[in-house]
Amino acid sequence: MTTTRLERASAGTADFLDQRTGIGVAVKNFARKIFPDHWSFLLGEIALFSFVVLLGSGIFLTMFFVPSMTEVHYEGPWAPMHGVEMSEAFASTLRLSFEVRGGLLMRQIHHWAALLFMAAIVVHMLRVFFTGAFRKPRELNWVVGFTLLILGLAAGFTGYSLPDDVLSGNGLRITDGVVKAIPIIGSYMSYFVFGGEFPGTDIIPRLFTLHILVVPGLILALIGLHLFLVVLHKHTQFPGSGRTDGNVVGFPLFPVYTAKAGGFAFIVFGLITLMAATIQINPVWNYGPYDPSPVSAGAQPDWYMLFLEGSLRLMPGQTEYVIGGYTLSLNVLIPAVVIPGLLFTVLGAWPFLEAYATGEKREHHVLDRPRNAPTRTAAGVAIVTAFFILVLAGANDLIATHFEMSLNDITWAFRVLFFVAPVFAFWITKRICLGLQRRDRDLVLHGHESATIVRLAHGEYIEVHKPLDEHELWLRVNYSSPRPIEIEPAEDSRGVRRKGYRADRIRRRLSEFFYADRIEPVSAEELAAARAHQAEHHALLEGGGRHSAALPAEESTSTTVDVEATSDR
Amino acid sequence: MKAIAARRHHRQAPVVLLVLALLVMGGVYAAFATTSADATVVTQSDDDVEAGRKLFAANCASCHGLNAEGRQNAPSLVGVGAASVYFQVSTGRMPMQADAPQAEAKPPQFGEEATRQLAAYVASLGAGPAIPTEDQVDPAKGDPASGMALFRTNCSMCHAASGAGGALTQGKYAPSVLNTDPAAIYTAMATGPQSMPVFNDMTLTPEEKRDIIAFIDAQKEGAPGGLDLGQIGPVGEGMWAFIVGMGLLIACAVWIGAKSS
Ligand code: HEC
Ligand code: HEC
Ligand code: HEM
Repeated sequence: MTTTRLERASAGTADFLDQRTGIGVAVKNFARKIFPDHWSFLLGEIALFSFVVLLGSGIFLTMFFVPSMTEVHYEGPWAPMHGVEMSEAFASTLRLSFEVRGGLLMRQIHHWAALLFMAAIVVHMLRVFFTGAFRKPRELNWVVGFTLLILGLAAGFTGYSLPDDVLSGNGLRITDGVVKAIPIIGSYMSYFVFGGEFPGTDIIPRLFTLHILVVPGLILALIGLHLFLVVLHKHTQFPGSGRTDGNVVGFPLFPVYTAKAGGFAFIVFGLITLMAATIQINPVWNYGPYDPSPVSAGAQPDWYMLFLEGSLRLMPGQTEYVIGGYTLSLNVLIPAVVIPGLLFTVLGAWPFLEAYATGEKREHHVLDRPRNAPTRTAAGVAIVTAFFILVLAGANDLIATHFEMSLNDITWAFRVLFFVAPVFAFWITKRICLGLQRRDRDLVLHGHESATIVRLAHGEYIEVHKPLDEHELWLRVNYSSPRPIEIEPAEDSRGVRRKGYRADRIRRRLSEFFYADRIEPVSAEELAAARAHQAEHHALLEGGGRHSAALPAEESTSTTVDVEATSDR
Repeated sequence: MKAIAARRHHRQAPVVLLVLALLVMGGVYAAFATTSADATVVTQSDDDVEAGRKLFAANCASCHGLNAEGRQNAPSLVGVGAASVYFQVSTGRMPMQADAPQAEAKPPQFGEEATRQLAAYVASLGAGPAIPTEDQVDPAKGDPASGMALFRTNCSMCHAASGAGGALTQGKYAPSVLNTDPAAIYTAMATGPQSMPVFNDMTLTPEEKRDIIAFIDAQKEGAPGGLDLGQIGPVGEGMWAFIVGMGLLIACAVWIGAKSS
């Protein structure tokens, strides 16, 4: 029987999914789920619980917020605004702050939770990145998570723009500028988005729908998928004695992990409420209602959007060209679209990039120590550095006033640093990782220095080294260190140029970039030899009537803690 | 804690001094006001001009010249008016010290009386804006809502919408106006120190100036939402979200993640 193309394609897709999700055996062992324990696995939970807070406080806010740009005159209790013309959106935000019971607290809870949500997402993502938790089979979940990050940005941006105060209006003005900078269709797009000339009267109702319906709906659905995939794949674990790609060492979901997570949820709720009750955030009554004509100094977005602001602030303005009557605003397009686009694409595609470079097909459930993946760690640090510089550039005016420096000098310094610092960060991080690996290797082969020098009977001096215990050894020996992939030569045996050679060569280059610099992990033979050598010393010392620590092999091997359980993957 | 306390102390010191200076000023003024029908006339007396000349010769002449005619590195003060001297001296900018991009506000070196004497001397050299009366700068008599609108169109591009200040080019900056005393706000507008434009009575009438003072005064009515983090806006909030929020949460996570054994 011949299979059709369609059948083969669908079978391939099914296989792809099955290999990654194991749909077939999905629900099988749910009850006995074991979760590995590590504080950094709680970072995702901070994001989750902040999102719960966002939903709750957000529902409260929708009860009082009026998403309308109709102009009204303020009549409420805040004296400095008496009779001031403002949109209903702004007036209702003031009402929430000063008239609705608990309204100000809820507004502040919502905003602090949003800042923490984004902070937790970013830190969680860094954890996943630097430990290599995104490797097969979790690439899909990385993509889901990455989409959540983008949606989080969208939620933050749409929400920030709702109160229609000076800062949110400035943000929308920038958005308008970016939309208009799109070649050819820009001005039409701007009219489309704002329902006419900026600011129009449509944008706030539109953003409101996105902010309370579309974006949170998508986030909720994707968080569901995200967590489903976490349960399905089972959580990764840090390397350690007894932990392999074939098992999960940790606590059972019930009751230990549920208790920990439940307790943590209340810590997150409590901390957000505490911050909201004591620290003012987004005091729109100080900023005043938005008015498109004046521009105010010190207008900044929330921290998670600051990289875009910084990118725009750094770009020199001269790069705007008029070609045949059309304006090409590279001064806006490059900083607002190209730069973030590049950084985010690299981030989103990273698991696939890395899989392509290793050529590996196997599953990974034991995390990498960052030092054992020097190129990844270095690239991560480089990307973070680039973002950080953009964030700082977004606050260049504050840096100037608070550190008494010249705004112009700071801007120039950041322009240079944006290109230099990531490269430097890459180089130095990689060196540090390789250095740490080398030290691990030495440690495994020689043991801990004990600072005791012993003179043997025949006059030789040796330093006594304390061998590593089982756990320390496992951590330092048990990891894979891929080599650059080998490719077939350009021509086959008959001298004909091979078809996929060019693609292979690119792949080989990428692979070399990743893995050319490597420290060989200690092999079994090397370890055996080192141990024999240590045993020799040991014997000599024993002969001299001295005692020294026992070798790991002789130690008892019960390293798992009592409460911990182990299950198969 | 010590460092924080020290810095806090440092930041608040000028404010405390200003408040004290205001109290002294209030007392002195009250004394004058009861003995004389028109206080402004008293401050213009020849005695004051003479005392001012002496103070000027001792403290200012090295830069501005013996007759305030100006030198190559300091401008002439003929015609800048009493308001300019009042602003420069009461905010501690003059006498200038460090060679900075702009004269820094410092704790004032002269008391209320000496400041008025200096102002009287400079005013005697040529006509210029006068020091406003108590009534002209009384925040209670202004309309903060109108002040907000005026502040936004005239001042917020440099001083930020909240009045917390902002950066200008080449190390210059527009300082926070939130802790400035009303007369200094008025005289700043009337004389336009350094990079700040002059807002004379044609651009902003005295009533409008008083509205602006009322708005700035309303801005410092305390933060209804809690600690104001120095009113620097979203950047400060973001830093707190990371340092306090994520810091504490991660500390808790580490504590929860730690094995009990
Ligand atoms: C170290 C030199 C120096 C000393 C001392 C000094 N000044 Fe000045 N002064 C300057 C400079 C430079 C400027 C112009 C730049 C500026 O405004 O900061 C200036 C500006 C001024 C202005 C503003 C002029 C305008 O155009 O409105 C006044 C008023 C003034 N000084 C008064 C004084 C008085 C009063 C004293 C003495 C208590 C004094 N200065 C001492 C250097 C000095
Ligand atoms: C072009 C920018 C600019 C504009 C517009 C501007 N200022 Fe200023 N302002 C400055 C600068 C720069 C200084 C600092 C001058 C100095 O240090 O001598 C300043 C100083 C001040 C001070 C003194 C603050 C202190 O205590 O040190 C006050 C008050 C003030 N401005 C009020 C206003 C008001 C009110 C308006 C609007 C009517 C306004 N400014 C408009 C730039 C500006
Ligand atoms: C709304 C935002 C998010 C929420 C609520 C969330 C929640 C979680 C939770 C609770 C876990 C399990 C515990 C943990 O490992 O921390 C997890 C795991 C994971 N997350 Fe997220 N996450 C979010 C965003 C992201 C982002 C932005 C990424 C990366 C681009 C990502 C990638 C992953 C991956 C790969 C795992 C599996 C980790 C492992 O098994 O070691 N997530 N997430």
